[in-house]
Amino acid sequence: MNEHFERMKDLPSTHLLGAGTALCAGCGGLEAVKEVYDVLGANTVFVNAAGCMTLMSVYPFTPFRGSWLYTAMASAPAGAQGVRDALDVLKAKGRMTEEEDLEVVVLTGDGSAYGMGLSATSGAIDRGLDFIYLCYDNEGYGNTGQQTSGGTPHAAHTATNQTQAGVLGWKKDLFAIWTANKPAYAATVIGGEPLDLARKIDKAKSIEGPRMIIALAPCPTGWGYEPQHSVEIAKLAVKTGIWPLKEYENGKVTHTRVPHPRTPVEEYLKLQGRFAHLFEPERNEAAIAEIQGHVDAYWETVDAEG
Amino acid sequence: MTAQSKTGQPTTRRLMTGNAAAAWGARLADIDYIPAFPITPQTEIIEALSRWVGEGALDARMTMMESEHSMITAAGAAAATGVRVFTATSSQGLLYGMEMLYTVAGWRAPFVLVNVSRGLAAPITLEPDHNDIMAARDSGFLQIHCATAQEVLDQMLIAYRLGEDARVRLPVIVNLDGFYLSFTREPVDLPEKQAVDAFLPPFDPGPTRFRAGKPVSQAVAVLGGAPYSYFRYEVELAARAALPVYDEAAGDFADRFGRRHDAVEAYRSEDAEVVFVMIGSFATKAKEAVDRLRDAGTAAGLVRPVLLRPFPEAKLRAALIGKKAVVVIDQNLSIGKGGVLHGEIASALYGHTGAPGALLSFIGGLGGRDIGADEFFEMARLAAEAAESGEIPPPRLLYTGNELREMRKLQAIAHVEHAEAGEAS
Repeated sequence: MNEHFERMKDLPSTHLLGAGTALCAGCGGLEAVKEVYDVLGANTVFVNAAGCMTLMSVYPFTPFRGSWLYTAMASAPAGAQGVRDALDVLKAKGRMTEEEDLEVVVLTGDGSAYGMGLSATSGAIDRGLDFIYLCYDNEGYGNTGQQTSGGTPHAAHTATNQTQAGVLGWKKDLFAIWTANKPAYAATVIGGEPLDLARKIDKAKSIEGPRMIIALAPCPTGWGYEPQHSVEIAKLAVKTGIWPLKEYENGKVTHTRVPHPRTPVEEYLKLQGRFAHLFEPERNEAAIAEIQGHVDAYWETVDAEG
Repeated sequence: MTAQSKTGQPTTRRLMTGNAAAAWGARLADIDYIPAFPITPQTEIIEALSRWVGEGALDARMTMMESEHSMITAAGAAAATGVRVFTATSSQGLLYGMEMLYTVAGWRAPFVLVNVSRGLAAPITLEPDHNDIMAARDSGFLQIHCATAQEVLDQMLIAYRLGEDARVRLPVIVNLDGFYLSFTREPVDLPEKQAVDAFLPPFDPGPTRFRAGKPVSQAVAVLGGAPYSYFRYEVELAARAALPVYDEAAGDFADRFGRRHDAVEAYRSEDAEVVFVMIGSFATKAKEAVDRLRDAGTAAGLVRPVLLRPFPEAKLRAALIGKKAVVVIDQNLSIGKGGVLHGEIASALYGHTGAPGALLSFIGGLGGRDIGADEFFEMARLAAEAAESGEIPPPRLLYTGNELREMRKLQAIAHVEHAEAGEAS
């Protein structure tokens, strides 16, 4: 048990992120970033990849009390490399004190993280870069209107896939890609489970090396639901087992929440416009069963390990 | 060997390649950080730096990146954090990083990038021309084009001083031609470290750097055309300000080291009637041709832009006004238009009193193709003819009958091989 965050009342009561950003109401990504930031603190530099969060800092305003560098869509981890290396050089040469040092955090969406940014991410892991890689995963190119990305789940409708079947592929396992390369730390989180999130960020903060956090980011505009349902959908993502909360440390994956019993996936799917074609005009039993089967198969491997 | 330069500064003269001169320039500039990625014909530079870092001769950190796109991102990010950065690439690499060239120039993060020019695919080749560097023309990086190994070393030092100047604060590309300059050994005077330190003070990043307790937001988004235009115009004004700053730096360099590197080099052009305009190491071929043409009775000269961005328009105009004919030889090809430099020279001259009556365009030296003395003679003849008749010939692609015959032979072999392969299957 994490000594800092045992109960909800242990969560930070002062919030670092300013209000009034251009982000959408009910944004699950913003919720996660806000919670992460409260634990990380202001001595951070966010190195941003093109995505929804790029609109957080629009000249001349920023909601961050710390620093910010926007890079491009494909190379935020390389920007983090440059900043980290420069800070280390400055410290080594006595041109900066240890107290002036910063935590370097990549802030990226799934569009970059699951696709265009993979090469730069892979390079940063190879080099053992000391950074936190924070992906808010809204399962599509959200900033441009929810086109299909490498993080889009099977059967979902997106702005570029309105076929009866929806997206044919399956959500890429970014967590597995990272952990296959033995990073210092990796975890999945969700803003709707703030205690679990705070514990993981707190742990990540205390470790050096490549550390990855993927936050599933319920997205009212992209997923097709009213903003007030974001937390409910987040909780269902966990209860159905669709979004397993887990962490990787010292070569081992641990599930931090094991839902028992698991809520049927359709409870999660039916709340979202992107899956409406699985229920209307008639139920697509086969597709719903296929998705349920995928989730069940995942948890069977977890139970077998457990 | 130790010698005394014209100003009494002790120097060491060594034989070194253009690549080695670039590496020495970086070393003498006391760089802090080298994000790197290999590509022919540049690789020798980063290997030399890596060796020095390993030996402890250079107190810098070197990080191998996984692409030039990442390399230029890391270079800009480190410069934005307040260290002196060097990096190098070539050709396909420069184009792979193109998005970030524009981006980091907009960050106003000064560093030096050496580009060893090489032709672009397709077809893929290793030998030099200037299409790679011309593609970076509008990026916001300043551009210095070198013709000799000595220039490469000297311009490295001038480039850091220029880019880091508070009136400029822009990244700079120092360009040298692959093979002809990168791999050719020439005698180079290595200045003393103390003299370099006096010319080039440590990088002062000012308030634009990342430190705990002093938050800054860099490279943030803007909404709307007015703020966007404001920041883009600022980059343009900084680049324009770089013209006098370059003169100042090059002047100080000449005073300290005895070597002048004017923004525009004029070779025997003062009394010339026909003037060649070229950039890079191939301009040394033009110098040789100028001497031979003069021996043969033609008043020829050469004008070579050393600084290409910012464009030294007034200096070029001063050098070319009053000439009968100007021959621009472009070692690049803007497909469907012709030579890039030709258009730039035309824009500097058009409408000005005394502008040359004949401005001719030739494309040559693509993919390392030689430009022969006979071709310089022919270009000078055509230029004089055009000045006389007032009829300007269309842009011409240099290619000899002999080259075409050799190409036909290759094609004949290809046809035979193809036919035989067809029979075999």
